[in-house]
Amino acid sequence: MDLGILAWGDTGWGDELARGVLTTVAIASAAYLVGAALGTLLAAMKLSGTPAMNVPAAVYTTTMRGIPEMLVIYLVFFGGGALSSWIASSVLGIHDRVDLPSFAVGVVCIALSVAAYACEVIRGAVLAVPGGQIEAAEAVGMTRSQRNRLVVAPQAFRMALPGMTNVWQFALKDTALVSIIGVTEVMRTASIGSDATKQPFTFYFAALVIFIVIAYLSQRLFVRLQASADRGVRWGS
Amino acid sequence: MQALVATDIRKAFGSLEVLRGVSLRANKGDVIAIIGGSGSGKSTFLRCLNLLEVPDAGSLWLNGITLDFNRSGPAGGTTPKAKAELRRRLGMVFQSFNLWTHMSALDNIIAGPIHVLGQDRKEARAIGLDLLDRVGLADKADAFPAQLSGGQQQRVAIARALAMRPEALLFDEPTSALDPELVGEVLKVIQGLAAEGRTMILVTHEMAFARDVATHVMFFHDGRVEEEGRPDLIFSNPGSERCRSFLKKFL
Repeated sequence: MDLGILAWGDTGWGDELARGVLTTVAIASAAYLVGAALGTLLAAMKLSGTPAMNVPAAVYTTTMRGIPEMLVIYLVFFGGGALSSWIASSVLGIHDRVDLPSFAVGVVCIALSVAAYACEVIRGAVLAVPGGQIEAAEAVGMTRSQRNRLVVAPQAFRMALPGMTNVWQFALKDTALVSIIGVTEVMRTASIGSDATKQPFTFYFAALVIFIVIAYLSQRLFVRLQASADRGVRWGS
Repeated sequence: MQALVATDIRKAFGSLEVLRGVSLRANKGDVIAIIGGSGSGKSTFLRCLNLLEVPDAGSLWLNGITLDFNRSGPAGGTTPKAKAELRRRLGMVFQSFNLWTHMSALDNIIAGPIHVLGQDRKEARAIGLDLLDRVGLADKADAFPAQLSGGQQQRVAIARALAMRPEALLFDEPTSALDPELVGEVLKVIQGLAAEGRTMILVTHEMAFARDVATHVMFFHDGRVEEEGRPDLIFSNPGSERCRSFLKKFL
């Protein structure tokens, strides 16, 4: 195994891999944030108690959790591209093939999946806020939105964190899937390097180390967040 | 002067009739103790007074606002505004304290005044610290509920209710979740409030306390007021056989 091949600059693949790391982290972070926001919205719909809201949300989460991630990516990227081309030619009269931006599609696809899982985590966390906490808010005359903002949200946040840490790990690993639509994140960079140098072990092992390091560092961030959310609420924190 | 009047309150959970027409009249400064066996409806009645349970029928009057549940429509035709006003003007102390676990003792006390009454933070803090001092917890302002004993948590909860400057205080078995040695410190605070002339309605199993502090006692049985009157009369010479046998178990 020749590690010189992973050097920085023109002779090695170090800078290419570093760019891949940035892309991976960027996709995962953007998808996670968008997905968490969408998941919160879905959770609110599910908790609303009105069929017009919770039925669409339930259909969405059941569907998204039931189909392979790769199918979503193919459907949005190729299916969406073909659909866009068709619309462009039949409606706008432009007959060029339309290619969707692969980075954006990658973010959207992972976000769609993150949203489905985050929805269930957040819904569970909201339901885990003890009824007495909410009654106490009602008893001082808080409005529904004050109660949600001041009492339910901070407590649900704390309880959602372990599950949301899990969802983050999923999002991070899912970035490898968007290599199939040509996003040069860690996985695709390793694959290109492996093909070019005929050293698959070096490159895929490097990718493995990279994923472990990202996972470890982000894990530490979540542990800190949890500790600050647990402050005063749990002993030993 | 009347402070709080409940008239013919009825409440059923499914086919189970919990309250079969209960009325209460509290004058300013009254301390009304509600006693009775478990399942007699006393806690449900108290919860109906600030609409944690919405009565199926009957009406509530709190100096100037009337909520009539006999009319049809959601929540018996009461407006959300009237509901919020009633709750804001009544203080509630729960059996299991229900302090917000993610807030310090002081933040628990000032959240309502700041967000509901619109007090500014500085003023609310000053009042909050003063109230903590009054319940004997001046040094616990920054403590979280999990760091306080049950008795301390309940005293913070009383301070939280007082911070809203309520016209009447409702207590739902305030000492039932406490270890025996912590009951006294909470009762002492409640007794102090009674001595100040505050209007209070408390559901309690502390019969000696009810006898000594209450101005009026109501004995609940099976969703009705079986007997009520002055504590010295109720406790020394209960009129109904049920009340007599109930009290015998306690005194």
